[in-house]
Amino acid sequence: MSDYWWPFVVILTGAAATYVWRALGIALSGRVSTDSRVFEWIACVAYALLAALIARMIVFPIGPLAETYLADRLGAAVGALAIFFLTRNNLLAGVSVGTAALVALTWSRTIF
Amino acid sequence: MAEELTARDFGTAPAALRGGARESIGVPMLVLCGSYLGFGALVRESGLAVWHGLFSTLTSWALPGQVALIELYSVGAPLLVIASAVALTNARLLPMAMTLMPTIRGANAPRWAYYAAAHVIAVTGWAAAMRICPTLPSEQRLAYFAGFSGTLWVSTMGATAIGFALADTVPAYVTLGLVFLNPIYFMLVFASDLRQRSRMLALVLGSVIGPPLYLWSPDWSLVIAGLAAGTLAYALTARREVKS
Repeated sequence: MSDYWWPFVVILTGAAATYVWRALGIALSGRVSTDSRVFEWIACVAYALLAALIARMIVFPIGPLAETYLADRLGAAVGALAIFFLTRNNLLAGVSVGTAALVALTWSRTIF
Repeated sequence: MAEELTARDFGTAPAALRGGARESIGVPMLVLCGSYLGFGALVRESGLAVWHGLFSTLTSWALPGQVALIELYSVGAPLLVIASAVALTNARLLPMAMTLMPTIRGANAPRWAYYAAAHVIAVTGWAAAMRICPTLPSEQRLAYFAGFSGTLWVSTMGATAIGFALADTVPAYVTLGLVFLNPIYFMLVFASDLRQRSRMLALVLGSVIGPPLYLWSPDWSLVIAGLAAGTLAYALTARREVKS
């Protein structure tokens, strides 16, 4: 298959592998009510899975971030959290500072 | 955000749909679109066409999995490897859909509507729906979620295309910052939602055991970390509730 059409097959396969989880979640949710203990356990698993994913994206990133330093990424993440809490949960301030910090730290490595 | 916990009423389901669409416009949309600008740029740097990026955002709409797919494709990984990596990266969608469903369930919507809405489950809309939908009349919840998340979905399509178009004109540092936006944004979304002790503990445990587990098993680390940390957090806080 051509270099143009093959990626569509790959992307569609990935989309199916993604949608399966969504559909399965809806199918299995039938007897779960929001005030049950099972609901709280599943919510805990969802939160832990997300936290593990976020940690992986920061500590072991793929793509362009893999070429940055771990110390820079951790420093930028801690900076984002600090600004976020100091500004009483201002999302825009937190993400702006976090991303700007990583860019600045990475750039500073090229001059020192 | 305490004011959002009081009961709200849009009047009708179509009004709730429009209300959700309106309320999705704001900082979360801005940051999410920024992340998709980074994805669009990544697609171009990987030598793919803009239609590949748009098709990915249209059909998958789960950014970490989309990024993993593009990365693995560009290094020539086999299809089976790509599919399993994407599936394991996106496993969070199962517990997210399971917990969202009872939160948005109403008596008036047909079952297929929930399977359609499932396609737009993602961190931003899920976190908003989990907070706001319980405050709405039950027949407006699905509509609110669909309006909120559907609007985000459409806007990220635009961002993917713009990111692709801009990839060659902006410095590599900008792309770097945009790609970093996604994990930072996810982190802060959850850092702001620490009301329940069990979920807060799940977040902390998951982020602590996730990276070491990744070194041990890159493929299964997320699923194992989620189940282990989530169960431990639940067990620790449930026992405390019984004691007190």
